[in-house]
Parts: sequence; structure tokens; C-alpha cells
Amino acid sequence: MVAPNYELIEQEGLETSLLEVSMGPHHPSTHGVFRMDVKLDGENVVDLKPVFGYLHRNHEKLAENMSYLANMPFTDRLDYFNSMTNNWAYALAAEQLVEIEVPERAEYLRVIMAELTRLVNHVSLVGFFVNDLGALGTPLLYAFREREKILDLFEQASGARMMCNYFRFGGLRCDVPEGWLAQAREVVDQFPRFLDEYEKLLCENEIILSRTQGIGKLSRELAVSAGITGPMLRASGVAYDLRKVDAYGIYDRFKFRVPYGEEGDCYDRFMVRMLEMRESLQILKQALDNIPEGEIMGKAPRVFKPKPAEVYGRIEGPKGELGFYLIADGTPKPYRYRVRPPSFINLTVLRDMCLGQKIADAVVILGSIDIVLGEVDR
Amino acid sequence: MSFPGGGIFSGMAVTLRNFVGSYFDPDRLTTNDYSWRPVGKLPQSAGEYPKEGGEQLSDTTTVTNYSRNFPMLLHDGGVSPMDTIRCVACQICERECPPQCIYIEKAYDENGKSIKSPEKFDIDVSVCMSCQICVEVCPFDAIVMNSQFELSSPDRFGGLLLRRDDLLKSNDYYHRIHPEEAAARDQRMAEEKAAKEAKKKATAEAAKKKAEEKARAEAEAKAQEESPGNEETS
Repeated sequence: MVAPNYELIEQEGLETSLLEVSMGPHHPSTHGVFRMDVKLDGENVVDLKPVFGYLHRNHEKLAENMSYLANMPFTDRLDYFNSMTNNWAYALAAEQLVEIEVPERAEYLRVIMAELTRLVNHVSLVGFFVNDLGALGTPLLYAFREREKILDLFEQASGARMMCNYFRFGGLRCDVPEGWLAQAREVVDQFPRFLDEYEKLLCENEIILSRTQGIGKLSRELAVSAGITGPMLRASGVAYDLRKVDAYGIYDRFKFRVPYGEEGDCYDRFMVRMLEMRESLQILKQALDNIPEGEIMGKAPRVFKPKPAEVYGRIEGPKGELGFYLIADGTPKPYRYRVRPPSFINLTVLRDMCLGQKIADAVVILGSIDIVLGEVDR
Repeated sequence: MSFPGGGIFSGMAVTLRNFVGSYFDPDRLTTNDYSWRPVGKLPQSAGEYPKEGGEQLSDTTTVTNYSRNFPMLLHDGGVSPMDTIRCVACQICERECPPQCIYIEKAYDENGKSIKSPEKFDIDVSVCMSCQICVEVCPFDAIVMNSQFELSSPDRFGGLLLRRDDLLKSNDYYHRIHPEEAAARDQRMAEEKAAKEAKKKATAEAAKKKAEEKARAEAEAKAQEESPGNEETS
């Protein structure tokens, strides 16, 4: 290709300067109401400041003014894609306060629900991610078609598609209805077919490759020192997964691999999630094979009134380490309640990843972080 | 893919397969038809909004028999629903409700004595978040989740504030919209009632036995008191 022949106009009185652009706030259906104050030199990002708080709902203070159980439905609304895993992290923290034994069947169901949630999150994240790249609609709707099947399972089990409110301290609210496990198995069995197709559609697409490879690199050192967790940390080459490290619940009984990347660019983050879905399916198959019959609720005290203590319960959520820190003071309400939201902490490296990139890539990088503003702002 | 642009073409083949397949294969439809739901459980299909004929229960506009929307108060039938209302206005749900959308006033008779039923029971469904905590904390199984969703109203304040009489629904209705859950609840209630009655019976029997023993002991004591006199007379 012949380089275009143009001359720069150099004239006195014409100056170039940095351009400040306020990107956002955008509609909640994409990632949430989030704004980036970007300083641009031509198309290059020179400085970037994330501005958030538009969706702040006073979550932590609210929890201090209501009983432990009554806060459970509010945890659904943190990361509204993954209500089941949010419930689990909170239940784990509260169960440490009173030391309830969770029955075997409930543990299996918890794993099944959490892995289904991971599928829901990753599949729709990939859809949103390519949506940010400009593939408007098509891959996202394929993803939502599969997500719908899983949400139907959630509705049958818990009564609600997204705000499940299904976990309880010491087990689950109710058992799954008859025939649910067979249907879950059907969904799990059909999922690889969709994944094959989805990978064919996206993973080798030249446009996606050129837009994501080498874009938004996050070095291993920065990822570790900034406290990044989840698929984003693993994409930077750190094989750290709380399901392996903590083995909370009964994760030590399942055989699965932890995929991790090398470069830490957007493509790695995308691929780590695609591969993680395969591993989730492995866990789901093993759990569905081995789930026993039995009780689904442990011996929980009738009035949840823990002794003074400090606990921290954490799980490997689909977006990263989700932790709940509780201080009990002997009353039915927590004295202090704090959430460690993965989206929020993963968002802190946005500036470092975007500096020197093109403005169009800033959108891609934001999409690859996988944030939900309900969790960032709380 | 070996040749340039091959990834895009194979991706396009996928979209083409989905496009063509959507005319034949229900799996390829973006809105699926719920055909994999269990047979014989009602309603089979969520249907499309507005109602598809025959798929939704005509008088309830429920979505599926698992879904929950807003709470309702149960009564056990009878001439007036207020005669058999299960709610005793204990106000536990009002206290526990996370978004604080329940408002209860107790009913009193003319002497100013509480008659254990709600005078007012309002739920502001514009605040309610369908979390089902009220159902769980209710010790009398008086409040359960409805699945009616056609509640839109042009009245911004009054229309979304459901009063006691709007919330009152019969147990039969509950059985119609959530058959499995209602059956399980009824069974549990019957068991609890039976256990309670058995306990009552046991305590009554124990009391009776105790009373008998006491009577016998008294009789014996009386007999002993009388017996010395008998000796004297003999």
C-alpha cells in the first residue's frame, strides 16, 4: 500500500493540545453506569481516571441495620449476574460465626449452582466483550440463549431467575424440585456443543485477534501487587484459584484444571474465560454424578445471634475473589459488614492498562476486566 | 485457519447455520420454547406476553409454577375470608422485611382487646423486592408468594400499595399456582398439627394420670386415716 501523501500544515496560531473526553456514564445494561475521564493526545490515551459511584446503594451500612438473614437478598443485588455465588460467600462468612455443619447434599447443590453461575457469567461476559468490540448483538444473543436455559434452572430451584436468594446459613432454602437434576444434566451435556460453536465463531476471528492481542497488557507483577484476582489474574500468568487454594465447600473432591494465560492481554483474558467454562462443565458433571440424597439444611439456630467474633468468608467468584468480612457483637445484627468486591479491585488497574493505548482500545480493555457496577459501587 | 480471513468465514458459517437452523431447530431460537420442562406440571410454557391462549392460567396470569413475585395472605376458605385468615398480626414479617415494605395494624374488638387478626396489612409492591424472607419467618404459614405479575397501574401511589383485601387469597388458589410447594406446606402443617395434638393429648393424659394418682394417693391416705378408727371399733 502506498503511504498517503499529505503535508502537515504548519502555521502560526494553530496549536495542538490534549483533549479531555468524558466517556460515559452509560446505560446499565452494558456494564453499568461508569464514566472514564480520558485525556487524549490524538487517539492515544495519556491519562485516564475512572469515575464511579452512580449506582451506590449504601449496601454495607444497610446490612449493619438488619438481621443477618435479612441481608441475604441484598447480596443478590451486588453482582446481579451471579447472585448464587454472592449468596455463597455471605453464607460461608456467616457459617463461620456459628459453626453450622452443612449437609452433604446441600454442599453438592451449592457447587452445582456456583458452577452454573460461572457459566452464566462467563458466557454473557464474552458476549458483552465482543459487543464492546463492535460485534453488536449476534454473539451476545447466542450467549443469552444458553444463559436462558440456566436461568430457567435457577427459577425452578429458587423461584427467581436472577435474584435467587437461595442459600441459607447451614444449607439451602429448599430442595430442588423433582426432575431438576436430570434437566441440569441435559443442559450441561448440551453446553459443550454450544461452546464448540462459540469458539469457532470467535476465537479465530481475525478481527478479534487483531483487536485484542497485545492490547491492555497487565504484567504479572502488577497484577499480584494490585490484588487482582480471578480470571484476570490467571490471564496474567498466575495460576491462583481459591477453589484450589482454599478448597472451600467440597471443591477438593473434584478434578479440574485451572487455565491461565501468558501475555496478560485482552485475548488471554477472553480465552481464560472460554477455557474456564470447560472446566466448570467438568465439575458440574462430577457433581451431578455424585450428588447424594438427604437433608439440605443443617442444624441452624432458630435465632441467628452469634457471639462476638470477626470472620472473613471468601470464594472464587466468577469475577474473582469475593469476600465478606463480618464483625459480630452478640446482637442479631452485624456490627461491621464489609464486602471485598472483585470487580472493584480489578478495576483499579484500568489506568495502567489503558495508558499508551488507543482510545478505541480503552473500551475493549474495560470490557475485558469484567465489571458489574452493582458490585463496584455497592 | 490457514488462509487469511478464514476465521471470519468459519464464524460466518456459524451465523448462517444459526440463521437457517432457527427455522427448524427450536434449540437455535433465541427465545426458547421451554419444551424441556417436565410434562404434566402446569403451566407447561411461560408463553409470550401478552397471554397465549390456554398456556397460562386464565385467572392468575402466572408465569410458571416455580416463579415468585409478590407476597399474598392465605385464608382457608369460608364465607368471609377474614373468618379464616391465618395471619394473627404478630408483626414478625414487618420487622424482618429487608426493604421494610409491610405495614400492619392489629385489630381490636369493642372492648379494646386484641383479636389476633390484622386490621390493616399493606404491602407496597413498588418497594417489595420479592425476596421471600416474610414467607420464611412466618410461624403461621399465613404469607406466601404469589406469582401474579400484571400489577401495573396508572396510579403511582395507591395502585402499587396492596391492601389486606387485595392480598387475601384462598389456599385453593395457592394450590393452583404453586401445586408442589402448597402440597408440601400443607403436609408439613398437618404433621405439625398432628404432633401438637399428640403432645397435647400426651400432656392431657399425663395430667389425667397425675390427677388419678393424686386421687388414689388421697384415697389411700384417707383409708389409712380411717383404718385406725376401724381397728378401734373392732
